[in-house]
Amino acid sequence: MEKSLNFREFIITRLIKLCGYSAIVFVALIFIFLMKEGIPTFQEVEPGILFSARWYPIEDYFGILPLITGTIMVTLGAALFAIPLGIGAAIYISEISPRWMREILKPLVELLGGLPSVVLGFLGILILSPFLRGFLNLPTGLTALAGSMLLGGIAVPTIVSVAEDALDAVPRAYREGAWALGATRWQTIWRVTLPAASSGVLTAVMLGIGRAIGETMTVMMVTGNAPVLALSLSNLFSPVRTMTATIAAEMGEVANGSIHYHTLFFIGMVLFLISLAINITASSVVFRTKKRYERILS
Amino acid sequence: MAVSSCSPNTEAQAASALSTAYIENKGSDTIVNLALAWAERYQNDHPNVRISVTGGGSGTGLAALINGTVDIANASRQIKAEEVQAANENGIEPVEFIIARDAIAVIVNPANPVSMLTLRQISDIYSGVFNNWNQVGGEDRPIVRLSRETNSGTHVYFLETVLRLGEKENKTLFSTDTLLLPSSEGIIIEVRQNPNAIGYDGLGYVPVDLKKIAIAEAEGMPFYLPSIESVNDKTYPIARDLYMYTQGQPEGAVRDYLDWITSVDAQAIVAKLGFVPVR
Repeated sequence: MEKSLNFREFIITRLIKLCGYSAIVFVALIFIFLMKEGIPTFQEVEPGILFSARWYPIEDYFGILPLITGTIMVTLGAALFAIPLGIGAAIYISEISPRWMREILKPLVELLGGLPSVVLGFLGILILSPFLRGFLNLPTGLTALAGSMLLGGIAVPTIVSVAEDALDAVPRAYREGAWALGATRWQTIWRVTLPAASSGVLTAVMLGIGRAIGETMTVMMVTGNAPVLALSLSNLFSPVRTMTATIAAEMGEVANGSIHYHTLFFIGMVLFLISLAINITASSVVFRTKKRYERILS
Repeated sequence: MAVSSCSPNTEAQAASALSTAYIENKGSDTIVNLALAWAERYQNDHPNVRISVTGGGSGTGLAALINGTVDIANASRQIKAEEVQAANENGIEPVEFIIARDAIAVIVNPANPVSMLTLRQISDIYSGVFNNWNQVGGEDRPIVRLSRETNSGTHVYFLETVLRLGEKENKTLFSTDTLLLPSSEGIIIEVRQNPNAIGYDGLGYVPVDLKKIAIAEAEGMPFYLPSIESVNDKTYPIARDLYMYTQGQPEGAVRDYLDWITSVDAQAIVAKLGFVPVR
Protein backbone atom coordinates (compact mmCIF):
# COMPACT_ATOMS: atom_id res chain seq x y z
CA MET A 1 0.00 0.00 0.00
CA GLU A 2 2.61 2.47 1.15
CA LYS A 3 4.84 1.51 -1.69
CA SER A 4 2.20 1.85 -4.42
CA LEU A 5 1.29 5.29 -3.09
CA ASN A 6 4.91 6.31 -3.30
CA PHE A 7 5.10 4.92 -6.77
CA ARG A 8 2.04 6.87 -7.88
CA GLU A 9 3.43 10.00 -6.32
CA PHE A 10 6.67 9.43 -8.17
CA ILE A 11 4.95 8.97 -11.54
CA ILE A 12 2.65 11.97 -11.12
CA THR A 13 5.40 14.37 -10.05
CA ARG A 14 7.51 13.23 -12.98
CA LEU A 15 4.61 13.73 -15.40
CA ILE A 16 3.97 17.23 -14.10
CA LYS A 17 7.66 18.01 -14.33
CA LEU A 18 7.61 16.78 -17.93
CA CYS A 19 4.72 19.09 -18.77
CA GLY A 20 6.66 22.01 -17.32
CA TYR A 21 9.81 21.20 -19.23
CA SER A 22 7.93 20.46 -22.46
CA ALA A 23 7.22 24.18 -22.91
CA ILE A 24 10.96 24.89 -22.86
CA VAL A 25 11.66 21.99 -25.20
CA PHE A 26 9.04 23.11 -27.70
CA VAL A 27 10.22 26.71 -27.75
CA ALA A 28 13.81 25.52 -28.19
CA LEU A 29 12.86 23.12 -30.99
CA ILE A 30 10.85 25.78 -32.81
CA PHE A 31 13.72 28.24 -32.57
CA ILE A 32 16.24 25.65 -33.77
CA PHE A 33 14.03 24.90 -36.75
CA LEU A 34 13.65 28.61 -37.54
CA MET A 35 17.43 29.02 -37.30
CA LYS A 36 18.08 26.04 -39.53
CA GLU A 37 15.80 27.38 -42.26
CA GLY A 38 16.49 31.08 -41.72
CA ILE A 39 20.26 31.31 -41.20
CA PRO A 40 21.14 30.38 -44.85
CA THR A 41 19.65 33.77 -45.77
CA PHE A 42 22.90 35.37 -44.58
CA GLN A 43 24.88 33.44 -47.17
CA GLU A 44 22.36 33.90 -49.97
CA VAL A 45 21.28 37.52 -49.58
CA GLU A 46 23.80 40.33 -49.15
CA PRO A 47 23.24 42.32 -45.94
CA GLY A 48 22.94 45.48 -48.06
CA ILE A 49 19.92 43.96 -49.81
CA LEU A 50 18.47 42.24 -46.75
CA PHE A 51 18.36 45.52 -44.83
CA SER A 52 17.16 47.66 -47.72
CA ALA A 53 13.79 49.27 -48.21
CA ARG A 54 12.44 47.24 -51.15
CA TRP A 55 10.53 44.00 -50.70
CA TYR A 56 9.67 42.38 -54.04
CA PRO A 57 10.76 38.76 -53.75
CA ILE A 58 9.84 37.59 -57.26
CA GLU A 59 12.54 39.92 -58.63
CA ASP A 60 15.02 39.15 -55.83
CA TYR A 61 14.46 42.29 -53.78
CA PHE A 62 14.61 40.97 -50.21
CA GLY A 63 14.64 44.16 -48.11
CA ILE A 64 12.91 43.35 -44.83
CA LEU A 65 12.98 46.86 -43.30
CA PRO A 66 9.50 47.80 -44.62
CA LEU A 67 8.10 44.64 -43.04
CA ILE A 68 9.73 45.31 -39.67
CA THR A 69 8.60 48.94 -39.60
CA GLY A 70 5.14 47.85 -40.73
CA THR A 71 4.82 45.42 -37.83
CA ILE A 72 6.13 47.97 -35.33
CA MET A 73 3.75 50.65 -36.64
CA VAL A 74 0.67 48.44 -36.44
CA THR A 75 1.62 47.01 -33.04
CA LEU A 76 2.35 50.41 -31.48
CA GLY A 77 -0.94 51.69 -32.83
CA ALA A 78 -2.72 48.68 -31.36
CA ALA A 79 -1.06 49.27 -27.99
CA LEU A 80 -2.19 52.90 -28.07
CA PHE A 81 -5.80 51.78 -28.45
CA ALA A 82 -5.73 48.69 -26.30
CA ILE A 83 -3.83 49.81 -23.19
CA PRO A 84 -6.05 52.71 -22.04
CA LEU A 85 -9.20 50.91 -23.10
CA GLY A 86 -8.18 47.59 -21.56
CA ILE A 87 -6.93 48.96 -18.24
CA GLY A 88 -9.88 51.36 -18.02
CA ALA A 89 -12.32 48.51 -18.55
CA ALA A 90 -10.48 46.36 -16.00
CA ILE A 91 -10.63 49.16 -13.40
CA TYR A 92 -14.31 49.68 -14.03
CA ILE A 93 -15.12 45.98 -13.75
CA SER A 94 -13.01 45.38 -10.68
CA GLU A 95 -13.33 48.62 -8.72
CA ILE A 96 -16.39 50.58 -9.75
CA SER A 97 -19.14 48.47 -11.32
CA PRO A 98 -21.82 46.89 -9.14
CA ARG A 99 -21.69 43.14 -8.68
CA TRP A 100 -24.46 42.31 -11.22
CA MET A 101 -22.82 44.45 -13.92
CA ARG A 102 -19.56 42.68 -13.36
CA GLU A 103 -21.25 39.30 -13.80
CA ILE A 104 -22.39 40.46 -17.25
CA LEU A 105 -19.28 42.35 -18.36
CA LYS A 106 -16.61 39.79 -17.61
CA PRO A 107 -18.07 36.92 -19.67
CA LEU A 108 -18.88 39.36 -22.48
CA VAL A 109 -15.29 40.57 -22.65
CA GLU A 110 -14.08 37.00 -22.69
CA LEU A 111 -16.53 36.22 -25.47
CA LEU A 112 -15.03 39.10 -27.44
CA GLY A 113 -11.65 37.43 -27.01
CA GLY A 114 -12.98 34.30 -28.66
CA LEU A 115 -14.04 36.12 -31.83
CA PRO A 116 -12.22 34.56 -34.81
CA SER A 117 -9.76 37.04 -36.30
CA VAL A 118 -10.96 36.36 -39.83
CA VAL A 119 -14.42 37.61 -38.82
CA LEU A 120 -12.86 40.80 -37.46
CA GLY A 121 -10.95 41.15 -40.72
CA PHE A 122 -14.14 40.90 -42.70
CA LEU A 123 -15.79 43.58 -40.57
CA GLY A 124 -12.65 45.62 -41.11
CA ILE A 125 -12.84 45.41 -44.90
CA LEU A 126 -16.58 45.98 -45.13
CA ILE A 127 -17.24 48.51 -42.37
CA LEU A 128 -14.16 49.97 -40.67
CA SER A 129 -12.02 50.76 -43.70
CA PRO A 130 -14.76 52.52 -45.73
CA PHE A 131 -15.65 54.46 -42.58
CA LEU A 132 -12.03 55.54 -41.97
CA ARG A 133 -11.63 56.60 -45.60
CA GLY A 134 -14.71 58.81 -45.45
CA PHE A 135 -14.18 60.10 -41.92
CA LEU A 136 -10.48 61.02 -42.24
CA ASN A 137 -10.63 61.74 -45.98
CA LEU A 138 -7.88 59.22 -46.77
CA PRO A 139 -7.14 57.83 -50.26
CA THR A 140 -7.97 54.35 -48.94
CA GLY A 141 -9.15 52.96 -45.62
CA LEU A 142 -6.92 49.89 -45.85
CA THR A 143 -4.24 51.38 -43.62
CA ALA A 144 -2.05 50.68 -40.61
CA LEU A 145 -4.66 52.54 -38.58
CA ALA A 146 -7.40 50.06 -39.51
CA GLY A 147 -5.06 47.22 -38.57
CA SER A 148 -4.17 48.93 -35.29
CA MET A 149 -7.78 49.44 -34.29
CA LEU A 150 -8.73 45.83 -34.98
CA LEU A 151 -5.60 44.46 -33.30
CA GLY A 152 -6.34 46.76 -30.37
CA GLY A 153 -9.76 45.14 -30.24
CA ILE A 154 -8.13 41.71 -30.27
CA ALA A 155 -5.72 42.66 -27.48
CA VAL A 156 -8.34 44.31 -25.22
CA PRO A 157 -10.00 41.11 -23.91
CA THR A 158 -6.61 39.66 -22.94
CA ILE A 159 -5.63 42.87 -21.14
CA VAL A 160 -9.00 43.25 -19.39
CA SER A 161 -9.11 39.65 -18.27
CA VAL A 162 -5.59 39.49 -16.82
CA ALA A 163 -5.56 43.05 -15.41
CA GLU A 164 -8.94 42.55 -13.75
CA ASP A 165 -7.65 39.41 -12.03
CA ALA A 166 -4.61 41.35 -10.83
CA LEU A 167 -6.71 44.24 -9.47
CA ASP A 168 -9.07 41.81 -7.84
CA ALA A 169 -6.17 40.14 -6.05
CA VAL A 170 -5.18 43.37 -4.26
CA PRO A 171 -6.13 42.85 -0.58
CA ARG A 172 -9.20 44.75 0.53
CA ALA A 173 -7.22 46.17 3.48
CA TYR A 174 -5.19 48.37 1.09
CA ARG A 175 -8.30 50.13 -0.17
CA GLU A 176 -9.80 50.42 3.29
CA GLY A 177 -6.56 51.89 4.54
CA ALA A 178 -6.64 54.53 1.82
CA TRP A 179 -10.27 55.40 2.49
CA ALA A 180 -9.53 55.65 6.20
CA LEU A 181 -6.90 58.24 5.39
CA GLY A 182 -9.49 60.26 3.52
CA ALA A 183 -8.52 59.38 -0.04
CA THR A 184 -11.24 59.67 -2.68
CA ARG A 185 -12.28 56.67 -4.73
CA TRP A 186 -10.18 57.83 -7.70
CA GLN A 187 -7.14 58.57 -5.51
CA THR A 188 -7.44 55.09 -4.05
CA ILE A 189 -7.55 53.49 -7.50
CA TRP A 190 -4.76 55.58 -9.00
CA ARG A 191 -2.38 55.75 -6.03
CA VAL A 192 -2.99 52.48 -4.21
CA THR A 193 -4.85 49.72 -6.06
CA LEU A 194 -3.27 50.16 -9.48
CA PRO A 195 0.33 50.41 -8.19
CA ALA A 196 -0.25 47.40 -5.94
CA ALA A 197 -1.45 45.41 -8.95
CA SER A 198 1.13 46.89 -11.30
CA SER A 199 3.04 43.70 -12.01
CA GLY A 200 -0.14 41.89 -12.99
CA VAL A 201 -1.33 44.85 -15.06
CA LEU A 202 2.01 45.01 -16.85
CA THR A 203 1.80 41.29 -17.58
CA ALA A 204 -1.66 41.90 -19.00
CA VAL A 205 -0.33 44.63 -21.29
CA MET A 206 2.56 42.47 -22.48
CA LEU A 207 0.30 39.50 -23.15
CA GLY A 208 -2.01 41.80 -25.07
CA ILE A 209 0.82 43.22 -27.18
CA GLY A 210 2.16 39.73 -27.75
CA ARG A 211 -1.26 38.74 -29.01
CA ALA A 212 -1.30 41.74 -31.35
CA ILE A 213 2.21 41.36 -32.80
CA GLY A 214 1.64 37.79 -33.87
CA GLU A 215 -1.84 38.29 -35.30
CA THR A 216 -1.94 37.52 -39.00
CA MET A 217 -5.30 37.11 -40.66
CA THR A 218 -6.83 40.43 -39.62
CA VAL A 219 -3.81 42.51 -40.58
CA MET A 220 -3.46 40.72 -43.91
CA MET A 221 -7.05 41.62 -44.72
CA VAL A 222 -7.11 45.28 -43.64
CA THR A 223 -3.65 46.86 -43.82
CA GLY A 224 -3.36 46.80 -47.62
CA ASN A 225 -0.01 44.92 -47.52
CA ALA A 226 1.97 47.56 -49.41
CA PRO A 227 5.65 47.14 -48.43
CA VAL A 228 6.27 50.83 -47.68
CA LEU A 229 9.01 51.89 -45.27
CA ALA A 230 6.99 53.27 -42.34
CA LEU A 231 9.22 55.77 -40.56
CA SER A 232 6.95 58.68 -39.66
CA LEU A 233 3.68 58.94 -37.80
CA SER A 234 1.90 59.80 -41.07
CA ASN A 235 2.45 56.19 -42.16
CA LEU A 236 -0.24 55.25 -39.66
CA PHE A 237 -2.67 56.60 -42.27
CA SER A 238 -1.19 54.72 -45.22
CA PRO A 239 -1.02 51.01 -46.11
CA VAL A 240 1.75 48.93 -44.56
CA ARG A 241 2.86 45.31 -44.82
CA THR A 242 3.57 43.34 -41.65
CA MET A 243 5.95 40.43 -41.16
CA THR A 244 3.15 38.03 -40.28
CA ALA A 245 1.09 38.93 -43.34
CA THR A 246 4.15 38.51 -45.57
CA ILE A 247 4.87 35.02 -44.27
CA ALA A 248 1.23 34.00 -44.52
CA ALA A 249 0.73 35.37 -48.03
CA GLU A 250 3.94 34.06 -49.55
CA MET A 251 4.78 30.81 -47.77
CA GLY A 252 2.14 28.81 -49.62
CA GLU A 253 3.64 29.24 -53.07
CA VAL A 254 7.34 29.46 -52.40
CA ALA A 255 9.69 26.76 -53.69
CA ASN A 256 11.06 24.67 -50.83
CA GLY A 257 14.69 25.56 -50.07
CA SER A 258 14.81 28.66 -52.31
CA ILE A 259 16.27 32.01 -51.23
CA HIS A 260 12.76 33.38 -50.82
CA TYR A 261 11.85 30.40 -48.60
CA HIS A 262 14.88 30.96 -46.38
CA THR A 263 14.17 34.68 -46.17
CA LEU A 264 10.60 34.03 -45.01
CA PHE A 265 11.99 31.85 -42.23
CA PHE A 266 14.47 34.59 -41.42
CA ILE A 267 11.53 36.98 -41.01
CA GLY A 268 9.95 34.41 -38.70
CA MET A 269 13.17 34.37 -36.69
CA VAL A 270 13.18 38.17 -36.38
CA LEU A 271 9.55 38.09 -35.26
CA PHE A 272 10.37 35.45 -32.68
CA LEU A 273 13.28 37.52 -31.35
CA ILE A 274 11.10 40.64 -31.11
CA SER A 275 8.46 38.78 -29.05
CA LEU A 276 11.22 37.31 -26.91
CA ALA A 277 12.68 40.76 -26.29
CA ILE A 278 9.26 42.12 -25.29
CA ASN A 279 8.70 39.24 -22.89
CA ILE A 280 12.13 39.50 -21.31
CA THR A 281 11.76 43.26 -20.84
CA ALA A 282 8.34 42.76 -19.31
CA SER A 283 9.48 40.05 -16.93
CA SER A 284 12.44 42.05 -15.74
CA VAL A 285 10.29 45.14 -15.16
CA VAL A 286 7.67 43.06 -13.38
CA PHE A 287 10.34 41.47 -11.25
CA ARG A 288 11.81 44.82 -10.22
CA THR A 289 8.54 46.66 -9.52
CA LYS A 290 7.24 43.69 -7.59
CA LYS A 291 10.18 43.88 -5.22
CA ARG A 292 9.73 47.61 -4.80
CA TYR A 293 6.02 47.48 -4.00
CA GLU A 294 6.44 44.47 -1.82
CA ARG A 295 8.85 46.54 0.20
CA ILE A 296 6.57 49.55 0.44
CA LEU A 297 3.26 47.83 0.99
CA SER A 298 4.17 45.00 3.29
CA MET B 1 -31.74 3.11 -55.87
CA ALA B 2 -28.30 2.47 -54.47
CA VAL B 3 -28.56 -1.28 -55.14
CA SER B 4 -29.91 -1.02 -58.65
CA SER B 5 -27.31 1.48 -59.80
CA CYS B 6 -24.52 -0.26 -58.00
CA SER B 7 -24.54 -3.74 -59.42
CA PRO B 8 -24.38 -2.96 -63.16
CA ASN B 9 -21.68 -0.44 -62.43
CA THR B 10 -19.43 -2.92 -60.66
CA GLU B 11 -19.98 -5.38 -63.48
CA ALA B 12 -19.03 -2.76 -66.02
CA GLN B 13 -15.98 -1.85 -63.99
CA ALA B 14 -14.95 -5.49 -63.66
CA ALA B 15 -15.34 -5.93 -67.41
CA SER B 16 -13.36 -2.83 -68.26
CA ALA B 17 -10.78 -3.15 -65.50
CA LEU B 18 -8.16 -4.13 -68.02
CA SER B 19 -8.97 -1.35 -70.43
CA THR B 20 -9.02 1.57 -67.89
CA ALA B 21 -6.97 4.44 -69.26
CA TYR B 22 -5.03 6.74 -66.93
CA ILE B 23 -4.23 10.32 -67.92
CA GLU B 24 -1.73 12.36 -65.90
CA ASN B 25 -2.40 16.12 -66.14
CA LYS B 26 -0.22 18.68 -64.38
CA GLY B 27 0.85 22.34 -64.52
CA SER B 28 -0.46 25.91 -64.36
CA ASP B 29 -2.35 26.97 -61.25
CA THR B 30 -4.42 29.35 -63.39
CA ILE B 31 -5.79 26.38 -65.30
CA VAL B 32 -6.03 23.89 -62.46
CA ASN B 33 -9.67 24.61 -61.58
CA LEU B 34 -10.68 24.43 -65.20
CA ALA B 35 -8.73 21.20 -65.72
CA LEU B 36 -10.37 19.71 -62.61
CA ALA B 37 -13.84 20.67 -63.79
CA TRP B 38 -13.14 19.11 -67.20
CA ALA B 39 -11.69 15.95 -65.69
CA GLU B 40 -14.64 15.55 -63.34
CA ARG B 41 -17.20 15.87 -66.11
CA TYR B 42 -15.26 13.68 -68.52
CA GLN B 43 -14.82 10.90 -65.97
CA ASN B 44 -18.55 10.96 -65.27
CA ASP B 45 -19.28 10.31 -68.93
CA HIS B 46 -16.34 7.92 -69.46
CA PRO B 47 -16.04 5.67 -66.38
CA ASN B 48 -13.12 3.78 -67.92
CA VAL B 49 -10.90 6.89 -68.00
CA ARG B 50 -9.09 8.09 -64.87
CA ILE B 51 -7.63 11.61 -64.99
CA SER B 52 -5.40 12.94 -62.22
CA VAL B 53 -5.00 16.72 -62.20
CA THR B 54 -2.36 18.59 -60.18
CA GLY B 55 -1.17 22.20 -60.13
CA GLY B 56 2.30 23.49 -59.29
CA GLY B 57 2.74 26.09 -62.01
CA SER B 58 3.31 26.13 -65.76
CA GLY B 59 7.05 25.50 -65.37
CA THR B 60 6.47 22.47 -63.16
CA GLY B 61 4.02 20.97 -65.65
CA LEU B 62 6.32 21.49 -68.63
CA ALA B 63 9.29 20.09 -66.69
CA ALA B 64 7.26 16.95 -66.02
CA LEU B 65 6.36 16.72 -69.71
CA ILE B 66 10.04 17.01 -70.64
CA ASN B 67 10.83 14.17 -68.22
CA GLY B 68 8.00 12.14 -69.71
CA THR B 69 6.12 11.77 -66.42
CA VAL B 70 2.85 13.42 -67.50
CA ASP B 71 0.59 12.89 -70.51
CA ILE B 72 -0.69 16.48 -70.62
CA ALA B 73 1.05 19.60 -69.27
CA ASN B 74 -1.06 22.71 -68.58
CA ALA B 75 0.59 26.07 -69.20
CA SER B 76 -0.61 29.67 -69.02
CA ARG B 77 2.33 30.67 -71.24
CA GLN B 78 3.77 29.28 -74.45
CA ILE B 79 6.53 26.67 -74.16
CA LYS B 80 10.03 28.21 -74.35
CA ALA B 81 12.55 27.28 -77.05
CA GLU B 82 14.94 25.79 -74.49
CA GLU B 83 12.13 23.67 -73.07
CA VAL B 84 11.34 22.31 -76.55
CA GLN B 85 15.03 21.54 -77.01
CA ALA B 86 15.25 19.76 -73.65
CA ALA B 87 12.20 17.70 -74.58
CA ASN B 88 13.68 16.82 -77.97
CA GLU B 89 16.83 15.59 -76.25
CA ASN B 90 14.63 13.17 -74.30
CA GLY B 91 12.99 12.07 -77.56
CA ILE B 92 9.78 13.97 -76.87
CA GLU B 93 8.11 16.31 -79.36
CA PRO B 94 5.75 18.67 -77.46
CA VAL B 95 2.50 19.35 -79.32
CA GLU B 96 0.54 22.48 -78.45
CA PHE B 97 -3.23 22.88 -77.99
CA ILE B 98 -4.92 26.18 -77.20
CA ILE B 99 -7.67 25.17 -74.80
CA ALA B 100 -9.09 28.50 -73.55
CA ARG B 101 -8.27 32.18 -73.28
CA ASP B 102 -7.95 34.40 -70.26
CA ALA B 103 -8.47 38.17 -70.27
CA ILE B 104 -7.48 40.56 -67.49
CA ALA B 105 -9.96 43.37 -66.96
CA VAL B 106 -8.80 46.67 -65.46
CA ILE B 107 -11.52 47.89 -63.13
CA VAL B 108 -12.48 51.14 -61.39
CA ASN B 109 -15.34 52.39 -59.26
CA PRO B 110 -18.45 53.30 -61.32
CA ALA B 111 -18.22 56.86 -59.92
CA ASN B 112 -14.84 57.32 -61.64
CA PRO B 113 -15.34 59.22 -64.94
CA VAL B 114 -12.23 57.65 -66.52
CA SER B 115 -13.32 54.96 -68.95
CA MET B 116 -10.42 54.60 -71.41
CA LEU B 117 -6.69 54.18 -70.86
CA THR B 118 -3.73 53.18 -72.99
CA LEU B 119 -1.41 50.40 -71.85
CA ARG B 120 1.30 53.02 -71.29
CA GLN B 121 -1.02 55.04 -69.01
CA ILE B 122 -1.88 51.96 -66.95
CA SER B 123 1.81 51.15 -66.71
CA ASP B 124 2.56 54.69 -65.51
CA ILE B 125 -0.25 54.50 -62.98
CA TYR B 126 0.99 51.24 -61.49
CA SER B 127 4.68 52.19 -61.52
CA GLY B 128 3.96 55.42 -59.64
CA VAL B 129 4.54 58.01 -62.41
CA PHE B 130 0.90 59.12 -62.17
CA ASN B 131 -0.47 59.64 -58.68
CA ASN B 132 -3.62 61.60 -59.37
CA TRP B 133 -6.59 60.71 -61.56
CA ASN B 134 -6.47 64.17 -63.18
CA GLN B 135 -3.22 63.12 -64.89
CA VAL B 136 -5.21 60.65 -66.99
CA GLY B 137 -8.25 62.85 -67.56
CA GLY B 138 -10.15 62.13 -64.37
CA GLU B 139 -11.12 64.04 -61.25
CA ASP B 140 -8.65 65.52 -58.78
CA ARG B 141 -8.35 62.38 -56.63
CA PRO B 142 -5.37 60.35 -55.44
CA ILE B 143 -4.89 57.02 -57.22
CA VAL B 144 -5.02 53.92 -55.02
CA ARG B 145 -3.37 51.01 -56.84
CA LEU B 146 -4.63 47.52 -56.10
CA SER B 147 -2.90 44.34 -57.15
CA ARG B 148 -2.95 40.63 -56.37
CA GLU B 149 -0.15 39.21 -54.20
CA THR B 150 3.19 38.48 -55.87
CA ASN B 151 2.63 34.72 -55.82
CA SER B 152 -0.34 35.07 -58.15
CA GLY B 153 0.29 34.17 -61.80
CA THR B 154 -1.99 37.04 -62.74
CA HIS B 155 0.34 39.43 -60.89
CA VAL B 156 3.32 38.23 -62.92
CA TYR B 157 1.37 38.35 -66.18
CA PHE B 158 0.20 41.89 -65.42
CA LEU B 159 3.77 42.93 -64.55
CA GLU B 160 5.16 41.58 -67.82
CA THR B 161 2.36 42.56 -70.19
CA VAL B 162 1.16 45.85 -68.75
CA LEU B 163 3.81 47.41 -66.49
CA ARG B 164 6.67 46.37 -68.76
CA LEU B 165 4.56 46.63 -71.93
CA GLY B 166 5.76 43.19 -72.99
CA GLU B 167 9.35 44.43 -73.40
CA LYS B 168 12.02 41.97 -72.27
CA GLU B 169 14.54 44.68 -71.28
CA ASN B 170 12.00 46.74 -69.37
CA LYS B 171 12.61 46.46 -65.60
CA THR B 172 9.70 48.61 -64.39
CA LEU B 173 8.37 47.58 -60.97
CA PHE B 174 5.09 48.11 -59.16
CA SER B 175 5.16 51.29 -57.06
CA THR B 176 5.90 50.24 -53.45
CA ASP B 177 2.66 51.73 -52.21
CA THR B 178 0.63 49.36 -54.41
CA LEU B 179 -1.78 47.49 -52.16
CA LEU B 180 -1.18 43.75 -52.48
CA LEU B 181 -4.44 42.06 -51.62
CA PRO B 182 -4.53 38.33 -50.89
CA SER B 183 -7.66 37.60 -52.92
CA SER B 184 -9.68 38.68 -55.95
CA GLU B 185 -12.55 39.31 -53.58
CA GLY B 186 -10.46 41.84 -51.61
CA ILE B 187 -9.80 43.82 -54.79
CA ILE B 188 -13.44 43.78 -55.79
CA ILE B 189 -14.68 44.92 -52.35
CA GLU B 190 -12.20 47.84 -52.31
CA VAL B 191 -12.94 48.96 -55.89
CA ARG B 192 -16.68 48.76 -55.19
CA GLN B 193 -16.50 51.19 -52.27
CA ASN B 194 -13.50 53.40 -53.11
CA PRO B 195 -13.69 55.90 -56.02
CA ASN B 196 -9.88 56.37 -55.86
CA ALA B 197 -9.09 52.73 -56.58
CA ILE B 198 -7.88 50.95 -59.70
CA GLY B 199 -7.55 47.18 -59.80
CA TYR B 200 -7.32 44.24 -62.17
CA ASP B 201 -8.79 40.77 -62.23
CA GLY B 202 -9.67 37.88 -64.49
CA LEU B 203 -12.59 38.93 -66.75
CA GLY B 204 -14.91 36.25 -65.42
CA TYR B 205 -14.44 37.34 -61.83
CA VAL B 206 -15.50 40.97 -62.38
CA PRO B 207 -19.08 41.63 -61.15
CA VAL B 208 -21.36 43.74 -63.34
CA ASP B 209 -21.55 46.66 -60.89
CA LEU B 210 -17.89 47.57 -61.42
CA LYS B 211 -16.60 49.59 -64.34
CA LYS B 212 -14.27 47.92 -66.82
CA ILE B 213 -11.75 50.17 -68.56
CA ALA B 214 -11.48 50.14 -72.36
CA ILE B 215 -7.83 49.71 -73.29
CA ALA B 216 -5.76 50.70 -76.31
CA GLU B 217 -2.45 49.08 -77.11
CA ALA B 218 -0.81 52.46 -77.74
CA GLU B 219 -1.77 56.10 -78.14
CA GLY B 220 -3.79 56.77 -81.29
CA MET B 221 -5.03 53.20 -81.48
CA PRO B 222 -8.64 52.18 -80.86
CA PHE B 223 -9.86 51.35 -77.35
CA TYR B 224 -11.49 47.99 -76.66
CA LEU B 225 -13.50 46.73 -73.72
CA PRO B 226 -12.73 43.17 -72.62
CA SER B 227 -15.29 40.72 -73.96
CA ILE B 228 -15.38 37.25 -75.47
CA GLU B 229 -15.35 38.81 -78.99
CA SER B 230 -12.52 41.31 -78.40
CA VAL B 231 -10.42 38.56 -76.80
CA ASN B 232 -11.03 36.07 -79.59
CA ASP B 233 -10.23 38.51 -82.40
CA LYS B 234 -7.14 39.63 -80.41
CA THR B 235 -8.08 43.32 -80.30
CA TYR B 236 -8.16 43.45 -76.47
CA PRO B 237 -4.50 43.75 -75.49
CA ILE B 238 -4.39 42.09 -72.04
CA ALA B 239 -5.44 38.57 -72.95
CA ARG B 240 -3.48 35.39 -73.16
CA ASP B 241 -3.99 31.91 -74.52
CA LEU B 242 -4.02 28.97 -72.15
CA TYR B 243 -2.32 25.83 -73.38
CA MET B 244 -2.09 22.10 -72.99
CA TYR B 245 0.98 20.24 -74.27
CA THR B 246 1.23 16.53 -75.06
CA GLN B 247 4.15 14.22 -75.76
CA GLY B 248 4.00 13.97 -79.55
CA GLN B 249 0.69 13.76 -81.45
CA PRO B 250 -1.75 12.36 -78.86
CA GLU B 251 -3.27 8.93 -79.33
CA GLY B 252 -6.04 6.89 -77.77
CA ALA B 253 -7.59 8.20 -74.59
CA VAL B 254 -5.49 11.40 -74.50
CA ARG B 255 -6.53 12.24 -78.07
CA ASP B 256 -10.23 11.62 -77.23
CA TYR B 257 -9.92 13.80 -74.15
CA LEU B 258 -8.32 16.71 -76.02
CA ASP B 259 -10.91 16.44 -78.80
CA TRP B 260 -13.62 16.66 -76.16
CA ILE B 261 -11.97 19.70 -74.52
CA THR B 262 -12.38 21.76 -77.69
CA SER B 263 -16.01 20.62 -78.07
CA VAL B 264 -18.89 23.01 -77.39
CA ASP B 265 -19.77 21.01 -74.26
CA ALA B 266 -16.38 21.42 -72.63
CA GLN B 267 -16.01 25.03 -73.73
CA ALA B 268 -19.27 25.87 -71.95
CA ILE B 269 -17.46 24.98 -68.71
CA VAL B 270 -14.70 27.43 -69.72
CA ALA B 271 -17.16 30.31 -69.83
CA LYS B 272 -18.72 29.23 -66.53
CA LEU B 273 -15.33 29.43 -64.78
CA GLY B 274 -14.71 32.95 -66.04
CA PHE B 275 -12.34 32.22 -68.91
CA VAL B 276 -12.94 32.92 -72.59
CA PRO B 277 -13.92 29.91 -74.73
CA VAL B 278 -11.91 29.32 -77.91
CA ARG B 279 -15.06 28.53 -79.87
